[in-house]
Amino acid sequence: MTAGHKAGHRAGETTGETADGTAGDVAPQTEAQALAETPLTDWHVARGAKMVAFAGYSMPVQYADGVLKEHLHTRAQAGLFDVSHMGQAFLVAEDGADPAALLEELVPAELQALLPGRQRYTQFTNAAGGILDDLMVTRPLEELGRDRLYLVVNAACKAADFAHIEERLAGRARLERLEDRALIAVQGPAAAAAVAAVFETPALTTSPFMSQARATLQGAFRGADCWLSRSGYTGEDGFEISVPATAAEALANALTENGTENGQVKPIGLGARDSLRLEAGLCLYGQDIDETTTPVEAGLAWSIGKRRRAEGGFPGAETIVRQLADGPPRKRIGILPDGRAPARAGVEILDESGDKIGVVTSGGFGPSVGRPVAMGYVRADRAAVDAPLTLSVRGKDLPARVARLPFTPANFYRG
Amino acid sequence: MSQIYFSEDHEWVEVEGDTATVGITDYAQEQLGDVVFVETPEIGATLEQGDEAGVVESVKAASEVYSPVSGEVSAVNEELADNPGLVNDEPEDGAWFFKLTLADASELEALMDAAAYKAFCKEQG
Repeated sequence: MTAGHKAGHRAGETTGETADGTAGDVAPQTEAQALAETPLTDWHVARGAKMVAFAGYSMPVQYADGVLKEHLHTRAQAGLFDVSHMGQAFLVAEDGADPAALLEELVPAELQALLPGRQRYTQFTNAAGGILDDLMVTRPLEELGRDRLYLVVNAACKAADFAHIEERLAGRARLERLEDRALIAVQGPAAAAAVAAVFETPALTTSPFMSQARATLQGAFRGADCWLSRSGYTGEDGFEISVPATAAEALANALTENGTENGQVKPIGLGARDSLRLEAGLCLYGQDIDETTTPVEAGLAWSIGKRRRAEGGFPGAETIVRQLADGPPRKRIGILPDGRAPARAGVEILDESGDKIGVVTSGGFGPSVGRPVAMGYVRADRAAVDAPLTLSVRGKDLPARVARLPFTPANFYRG
Repeated sequence: MSQIYFSEDHEWVEVEGDTATVGITDYAQEQLGDVVFVETPEIGATLEQGDEAGVVESVKAASEVYSPVSGEVSAVNEELADNPGLVNDEPEDGAWFFKLTLADASELEALMDAAAYKAFCKEQG
């Protein structure tokens, strides 16, 4: 028995993924590599995590429970995910300019209209309309500075992203990398109550979806300044918490020590993070989106601002605006294989006569759906929900159909 | 009296007369994690030692199962199609993958016994 099938780029053995997406290749940590650690590396190891190399970091791929149980626990109760490898930075505008207007030169989202404390998902695009990375942009609460935006980008792309920003906005804005901060996601139906209890701030439970709140830690690290975004990468309600690195362990301990009436927060590895985001229909950078896919092809047109469609002014605007008007040549779709065989990244999608019409970009077993699920791209005329497809898995033609995304209903907090 | 052998690819093979029963080891299922799909060979297929004989997929990964010996497939475990998790629960008995009629019993000499396999797994970490 040999682990194999590194179909396409990564789909391989230990899966990786993460909001951060990332193209980081995942490899078992056998050789001494110069891997970066997060402020929680020791914390994971002490909890029995199996550590793997991911995007240059030593990260937990799973704990003793394993991917399946960790996945189901997150949907039933709550999971804690260390996403400290992702890049956090402030983009600070010079000379009183609006940092949102500056960042709009690099992304297609409407950012100028973003109110303080509100967050938005967008993508850095290239001149062809392809995606260089996807990211979260927050116009922070005013007390954190009116001259700045708070960015969270993918681990594997962060060096390139930051270089891109510094080159394109040279002299007009600067980056303040937040390397002394960890990032901890808490996701699942018990997440909000657990987070509110740890911060002794009941109001956090009604913090709106895609908004930022600020709270200070209690207990041993009393006063540690935390920024909480009500967002995540699982399709569940929850927060992503930016916490000073020195207080990260204390926060992780506090979150996982006491249960809430909705359940317990348990540490969850990258394996379940990948299956959770796949069921939620969320893109993994490097797999489902990359420099060759446009936001329109990827089904991310909802993240492109109305004013931006009319005015352009971002890289690749010509292609993206044309695709918005005429339709893209191919579309990202959900895929439900008929049988039990998972179709992983790299599997070819065929029409009834055996001609290639697309490719699977993410796929595996969906623990909450209880069957294999996948995402991929097909020619636009084959993308209608329920349209039949054929998947070529290890030389066998397996029937499948186009499915609506997400595979599991989103469970975001809507007030 | 049957005898059990192990391959470096983490298959076990139990030999009784000229019938060999093949599955994956406890160590293998441990490494794979939760098994969600198993593909067994066709009955009647002729396998050479080292040929791909099936696939086992966990939530994390897909892995090939190789035939540790040559022979003709005489039976496959139909239960694994509907209950792949049996591979995690009973890897070295109930979750056998296939049986074959041994073509060349001398091939068994290249495989490991239980003690050697245990040492081999320890080396793998």
